[in-house]
Amino acid sequence: MITLYMVSALSLIIVDNINMLVKNIIKLKNLRFLALIFLSACIENAPLDSLSPEGPYARSIDELFWLTFWIAVVIFVIVQGALLLSIFVFKEKPDSPEPKQIHGNTKLEILWTIIPVIILAVIAVPTVRTIFDLANEPEDALKIEVIGHQWWFEYKYPDYGITTANILVIPADRPIRLEMWSNDVLHNYWVPKLNGKRYLVPGQTTYLNLHADSPDEFWAQCGEYCGLSHSKMRGRVLSLSENDFQLWVKDQQRNAVKLEDNSLAAEGQQVYLNAGCTQCHVIDGVWDVQGDRIAPNLTHFAIRNVFAGAALYNNRENLSKWLANPAEIKPGTFMPNLELTEAEINALIAYLGTLK
Amino acid sequence: MTKIIEPKRQSSIFRRPSSETGIWSWITTVDHKKIGIMYGYAAFFFLLIGGLEALVLRIQLSQPDNNFLTAAEYNAMFTMHGTTMIFLAIMPISAAFFNYLLPLQIGARDVAFPRLNALSFWIFIFGGAFLYSTFIFGTAGAPEGGYLAEEVGWLGSAPNGGWFGYQPNAGMKYSPGTAMDYWAIGLQILGIASLISAFNFITTIINMRTEGMRFMRMPVFTWMTFAVSFLLAFSLPIIAIALFYVTFDRKFGTTFFLTEGGGDPILWQHLFWLFGHPEVYILILPAFGIVSEVLPTFSRKPLFGYAAIVFAGFGIAFIGFGVWAHHMFASAISPVAQAGFGLSTMVIAVPTGVKIFNWLGTIWGGKLKLNTPMLFSLGFIGMFLIGGLSGVTHSIVPADTQQTDTYYVVAHFHYVLFGGALFGIFSGLYYWFPKVWGKMYNESLGKIHFWLMMIGFNLTFGPMHWLGLQGQVRRTWVYAEETNLQFWNIVVTVGAFIIALSIIVFMINWIFSKRNGEKAPFDPWDARTIEWTIPSPTPVWNFSKAPIVKSLDDFWHTKYSEDEEGRAVKRAEADQILLDLEEEGLNPSEHIELPSPSYFPIVLASGLPFLGYAVIYKSIPLALIGSILLLIGGFGWGTEPLEEEAFEDSHE
Repeated sequence: MITLYMVSALSLIIVDNINMLVKNIIKLKNLRFLALIFLSACIENAPLDSLSPEGPYARSIDELFWLTFWIAVVIFVIVQGALLLSIFVFKEKPDSPEPKQIHGNTKLEILWTIIPVIILAVIAVPTVRTIFDLANEPEDALKIEVIGHQWWFEYKYPDYGITTANILVIPADRPIRLEMWSNDVLHNYWVPKLNGKRYLVPGQTTYLNLHADSPDEFWAQCGEYCGLSHSKMRGRVLSLSENDFQLWVKDQQRNAVKLEDNSLAAEGQQVYLNAGCTQCHVIDGVWDVQGDRIAPNLTHFAIRNVFAGAALYNNRENLSKWLANPAEIKPGTFMPNLELTEAEINALIAYLGTLK
Repeated sequence: MTKIIEPKRQSSIFRRPSSETGIWSWITTVDHKKIGIMYGYAAFFFLLIGGLEALVLRIQLSQPDNNFLTAAEYNAMFTMHGTTMIFLAIMPISAAFFNYLLPLQIGARDVAFPRLNALSFWIFIFGGAFLYSTFIFGTAGAPEGGYLAEEVGWLGSAPNGGWFGYQPNAGMKYSPGTAMDYWAIGLQILGIASLISAFNFITTIINMRTEGMRFMRMPVFTWMTFAVSFLLAFSLPIIAIALFYVTFDRKFGTTFFLTEGGGDPILWQHLFWLFGHPEVYILILPAFGIVSEVLPTFSRKPLFGYAAIVFAGFGIAFIGFGVWAHHMFASAISPVAQAGFGLSTMVIAVPTGVKIFNWLGTIWGGKLKLNTPMLFSLGFIGMFLIGGLSGVTHSIVPADTQQTDTYYVVAHFHYVLFGGALFGIFSGLYYWFPKVWGKMYNESLGKIHFWLMMIGFNLTFGPMHWLGLQGQVRRTWVYAEETNLQFWNIVVTVGAFIIALSIIVFMINWIFSKRNGEKAPFDPWDARTIEWTIPSPTPVWNFSKAPIVKSLDDFWHTKYSEDEEGRAVKRAEADQILLDLEEEGLNPSEHIELPSPSYFPIVLASGLPFLGYAVIYKSIPLALIGSILLLIGGFGWGTEPLEEEAFEDSHE
């Protein structure tokens, strides 16, 4: 390992120049464009695309990937070409003579040991650099806590006293420092357009930096297999302008108001309070008891456009399906089928619609 | 002319068994060839099962939000697909090659411990059966406190924590029921089988080489067997301990990997991958060996840089123990560790590259006979190259944090283990088919098999690179329609069925050729190594006379010399030598003693599943039954007569 570091340290000086050169070459957009056409064929607009970075962290990874990709393409063409060439040239023909019995060639063998070492050193230098860059805690970053649950992500903003779920709201063009852990099994937080993946581990805090260039909506997905509904452990990241973000914060800090009238929504509130929802779901201002909170905080449910681990869009149809039998949609879920009547479900949906 | 080798038949439980034909001859055999054939068929059977599981997965994924399988079924299927392909298909099919070929390549009558060899085979069979009995007896369900809308069903009651069994998800709280116990104990049993055979092969290679077979004259396949055996011997104890921890966590309330008891779930990953990465080389090195035999034969040239290929193999095996954390770049290992493991992963590309270049050096300037084994070997180089290059992108740690846990990784390791290991294995199956069955396979069907598999393979796993980069996460039962991943998923599913078709062609070829194929001469390929100096099919006694080896590729040099230009020239006496060899091979002139068959390997092995069930169901009676079988097996093994005069040469 020590030799390894020495080799990479030595090569750093020599290689850095080559590296900058290669980097400049790959920055030629047309080359990249060609590759994208070659690869994308039919797909455009994939929300989890890891090759269309929307922030500096993802972009530094992207550059590293394309550097490696093009080097790999060159090697691929040369070696695969040599393979195909030798098949066509040396294929047995009726008049082929017996081949020369060559047992090896030391010079050649040393050469093709050293060349890969050099190529790898070229890749190693920026790799190691980027590893440390990505791990650094950015200055004046906004701290947000991410807690993994089977099968949804919970977010807490310690600076603002906000607890929310499924949608991570961040200010655009500002570094975010996520402090993450898991409440149960391993999860893996991934917003492909903003950074790579990082585990959420029970009993251990892990960190991940995010940074979005501009206001936008991004998809997130749990990367690590975490049980029955792993595939439905999704998320969204909403980046807002600084102004909008502050408005959102103000809004989130507001408690829900207890409904005292005779509306359908107030009926729904009664269902929430009496049917068992309060065992796990908190609505600040309505149900404050800090119980065994293992389900999303619903205080501002209505302004979130997705729910159930971002597996469903927040609309009437989905809500009634979900409330009728959650396990039908997310196998293994901890939300029981409360055997609600249709009237109760309608009332609940009306109530949830008021939680803005 | 007379071949009169008659066993004296005096069967009784106190004597060594003596059946030469029929089912008992297979059950009691200690002949490395019969064991090899049984390993091969059993592994192929599991390969078919693992393939069916893959097809079921692909049907589910052909449409977004599909409901062909339930989540429980899907998770069980991908867990069993991985576990089956690795532990029950590729590893034992490599063992089949080791068993059949190793003694033949070093000029031995059998392996060092023939009965242990039989034992490891039967433990593998019982381990596989034990693992698969989970479909009948196993139970699985939602995590503690979770709800399911429907029963998991028999398909969903198989192990469902992934072949990697990440903790704590695979622990009792999150994977209740017995399915994951079947997984942990099943792998434990299979590990015993591999450990036994590893030590057997190491001893065989060190002690049983024929006169003149120095280490640096051994065929590369034998070398790779040697390397794999060491890998097994050093890596399996790690997983054995980790699996014991898991079993104790699940059954007896320990907390090795459970945070609430002060344990560490990441420790499991370290232990698992410290085994798991060498395991990758356990799967691929045999294919390296096979390819290194096939390419020189059909290029009519010696292997380019024999020593480099051998040492590169050992280099890969050695460095393979220092790269495990590259499976864990997304877990919270420190940047220093990330950099270290990233660099060590890059380093392993160097000996791998050396091998690829040397194989190219071997075919360069040769006279290439493009028959089926050669096509598979050339295909192996091409496909493995892609897997190797995508492997280098994993050593770029930041890029890997984007790719890990996506289909990009699935594509990568299938290019290594299917395009690599399995292509190599098929190459070997065709190459040694004449030696094993004494018949020639059908060349046209072989080529159809190759091309179908080549097309199907690339359609299946090529687009997966792209799907992964586009964000399709592994081990996901459904994907959302908005992710725009449908198109390539359909292509992948079509590719998977083309692979299935190619396997059917292979089976037809195998069955047909074995029965009606042309009779094979003993050296159909004008080959280089000494297993081709004996008749086809291999006689029970392998070599009539222990061969004396004078050089690397000894058989070739018996047949060919070189002219002043260095071109191969057939020796004048070559034809006579071949005739003599054939005559001698069929009519041994000296007395031959072979190890006697034994009842006890299978008896001993049969005790292990009972012990497994005993742990799962905490049952003393089952433990007693298992222990008694072990004791009977061990006692009988120790006390049975060493040699029944089973084979006696009754010339005069």
